[in-house]
Amino acid sequence: MPIPTPFHSRTSELNQTKEWREWSGYWSAATYQHTHEREYFAIRNSAALIDVSPLFKYDIVGPQAAAVVDRIVPRDITRCRIGQILYSPWCDDDGKVVDDGTVWRLAEDRFRVTAADASLRWFQDCGAGFEAEVVDVSHSIAALALQGPNARKILLELGGAEGLIDLPYYHLTQGEIGGAAVTITRTGYTGDLGYELWMDSADALEVWDRIVLAGADYGLLPAGLAALDVARIEAGLLLIEVDYISSLKALTESRKSSPFELGLGWTVALDAGEFVGRRALLDQAARGSEWSLVGLEVAWSDLDRLYAAFDLAPQVAGRASRDPAPVYVGQRQIGQATSMTFSPMLKTYLALATLERGYADLGQTVELEMTVEYQRTRVPARVSRKPFYDPPHKRS
Amino acid sequence: MDEARPTWRAKIPDSGLRLMKSEYDVVVIGAGHNGLVTAAYLARAGRRVLVVEARKVVGGAAATEEIFPGYRFDIGASHAGLFRAEIQRELRLEEHGLELIESPMGALGLAEGKILRLWRDPEAAQQEIERHSSVDASRYRDFLAWVEDQASLLRGAQNQVPPELSPEGLFNNLPKLVPWLRLALRLRGRGRRAVTEFLRTIPISAEQLLDEWFESPLLKGTLASSGVEGTMQGPKASGTGLMLLYQATNGFPAPVRYPRGGTGALAAALVNAATERGAEIQTGERVEKILISDYRAHGVVLSNGQKIRCRAIASSADPRHTLLDLVGAQDLELRVMRRVRNIRFRGSTAKVNLALDGLPKFEGVQDVRELTGRILISPSTEYLERAYDDAKYRRWSRAPYLDMSIPTLLDDTRAPEGKHVLSVTVRYAPYQLEQRDWDKEREAFGDHVVSTIARYATDLPDLILHRQVITPLDYEREYGLPEGSIYHGQMALDQLLTMRPIPGFGRYRSPVEGLYFCGAGAHPGGGVTGLPGRNAARIIARDLRRR
Repeated sequence: MPIPTPFHSRTSELNQTKEWREWSGYWSAATYQHTHEREYFAIRNSAALIDVSPLFKYDIVGPQAAAVVDRIVPRDITRCRIGQILYSPWCDDDGKVVDDGTVWRLAEDRFRVTAADASLRWFQDCGAGFEAEVVDVSHSIAALALQGPNARKILLELGGAEGLIDLPYYHLTQGEIGGAAVTITRTGYTGDLGYELWMDSADALEVWDRIVLAGADYGLLPAGLAALDVARIEAGLLLIEVDYISSLKALTESRKSSPFELGLGWTVALDAGEFVGRRALLDQAARGSEWSLVGLEVAWSDLDRLYAAFDLAPQVAGRASRDPAPVYVGQRQIGQATSMTFSPMLKTYLALATLERGYADLGQTVELEMTVEYQRTRVPARVSRKPFYDPPHKRS
Repeated sequence: MDEARPTWRAKIPDSGLRLMKSEYDVVVIGAGHNGLVTAAYLARAGRRVLVVEARKVVGGAAATEEIFPGYRFDIGASHAGLFRAEIQRELRLEEHGLELIESPMGALGLAEGKILRLWRDPEAAQQEIERHSSVDASRYRDFLAWVEDQASLLRGAQNQVPPELSPEGLFNNLPKLVPWLRLALRLRGRGRRAVTEFLRTIPISAEQLLDEWFESPLLKGTLASSGVEGTMQGPKASGTGLMLLYQATNGFPAPVRYPRGGTGALAAALVNAATERGAEIQTGERVEKILISDYRAHGVVLSNGQKIRCRAIASSADPRHTLLDLVGAQDLELRVMRRVRNIRFRGSTAKVNLALDGLPKFEGVQDVRELTGRILISPSTEYLERAYDDAKYRRWSRAPYLDMSIPTLLDDTRAPEGKHVLSVTVRYAPYQLEQRDWDKEREAFGDHVVSTIARYATDLPDLILHRQVITPLDYEREYGLPEGSIYHGQMALDQLLTMRPIPGFGRYRSPVEGLYFCGAGAHPGGGVTGLPGRNAARIIARDLRRR
């Protein structure tokens, strides 16, 4: 039985559809309004407020905190400055991805790591033998994502925080909203301009109310997971248990992925000291990986043609799909698409897909299986650049 | 204990005076009997070997020290009855000064108003058992044959490096399995019943095993005691039957063989055997760190700061200390670190050494020869189990199982003329106490042990000139036995063979390349057998030839 987040008394009032999803044991709104589209467009055109409290959060504190974080993630943490945030996956002993999240350097000897799955034991074990403590702050800290082109304006309206106006992408600052201390990170899961706000759970409602009030003139809407899912696919961001399976939960070896196979090779610093999985990844880097996670685009004209054969106009689900579909070249299945959505901004059909290395180059044409009128058919798709949607204001 | 000095003549130069070289083929960590066996075999194979021992005395948990002037106490093992003859022969230990004095007695079982003389001679033992139960007496010879039958299979397994069980399948590993196939065939050759019997014996409890044969509580208590050797288990626990057989691999009842000069004299002979072939022994120096680069162990750092490079490291220290402290969790795979952290140690053994003004009078003893073997206070399996029950709830046993020996009856070098040493192994003394700590409990515990013995030998308290109490905490601090576990990890069924010290690393090669286990934490386990050291040396020598 899921439990309410610290924002539940507000989100439940607003949730007109009463459609909830379970997210890490919490009630999480799927869509507040009858259709998620308005929420999606709020993310892209004005601003949206998303309750992301269910994320797992861990503080790693102590003289050797940096060494512990450096052991957990394949990235080179020695290069992470105070106030900086890094995105990273982390791996098991075999170099297979366990989870991914953000790593914040709060102080010389203090880090926070966000994770999709419960990770206390994993992090503590990574820290065995080091002088540092791993503390689970998942429950005590509430979190909101304020995403969209107006996000910064709303925060400034609230008085904001020091350096907020210039806060670079993937950096953090400390602020205050309605008397509550708030850590503001310039991060998000939408690929848009956006921030995430982290506060003591006790202050959650106060902060929510202030933001909602300040956002009234900026088209701020609460957004649910359905809108978020569309945005994250457009942004080319992976979702655990959808686009990859945590190696700790995979039932077979073949379901596990290395960072290279997930297109996250850029996070792997093989020459920057030891981390869990390094030995296996050295080996894999030398051999090259078999799989590659890429973006696929299906042109509207091709969908049109496909559906026309059935005397239909293209019918694509408004919501993102998490039902995987095979991808072919000729008669050969060369991979699978794991997340799919119609992009309201780009007016094309998008997918995240894991393909054999030989078919993963940009521009490669493949065929994606689609079921039309109960028949399995195929539609041409092209390997394309991720993120699909990457507005300049994301970083500016 | 600084004044302690070795009581033998081993050729160990004073520490600090000699300059160690900075490079060897093999560095052996720890000069316990297993470390020294490994060193001696590798030196014999022509390798340049350095043994580093933290204490000033060699012998590890099989050392002898003059704690009280004129009296030589065994701080751990009280004799070397399980030591393997083949090692003695191969390393020519007699020539190097080892003299084993064997008692005609196996064990003397004591109970209130009763006594059981378990002579090594089956005939004599059978006659003695007759006094307790004629049924048991009639079965005794068959039991001995059965024990020998089962123990011989175990003996075969002890000499072998455990088989490699890998997911790649049996087929790839066939060559490595050949010695085990031979064992399996030997087992099969004895017919289906023998196979069934052996498989049934592995997980059986000592009590169950003995209940199937005998009725006399004193006989069963005396025999069952060896089933709880070095474990934190009672005789009703699964696997204690196997331990009983483990203790029977050099014969049954297990022979009591005192090295002249004390158990430490065995280590001295091993030192001589090793140094004769060029091995060097450095005492009073601790290995602080094992150096790793590119996932390979290539050297050690000593407590004096000196770095020594080597091609292989053989650690007879316990596996947890070796991997978590000397290597460091940071240099281990997470799954390995977890396995190592989960090794169960749970020491349950303490020792009381007494310097005596004369020989105590044990009630019912007619002939002094009766006292030359093990003197056991374990009057029934029920008594043993109750003793364990206390330990389970983190108290030392109110009625403890005591395993005593008086080596001075056979060896006049251990004490001044007419005086004696009584060495008492006490079980159960759990490492973790519910209340207070061992440093505060030590004397009360010592008093309790003495008063327990005094029930069978009333004059004992008046004869005591000096008393040494070694608690599980002392074993950990002073002798490097983790949690006071004299066997470097419980010898429970799930921590044996390919699973000793951790699953997948039962073949002496540790998870770190170039680092080997050669102590009691490796197959076949604890006790003064020398087998882990010998088996490890074989693997190390083979690996060094390959590289």
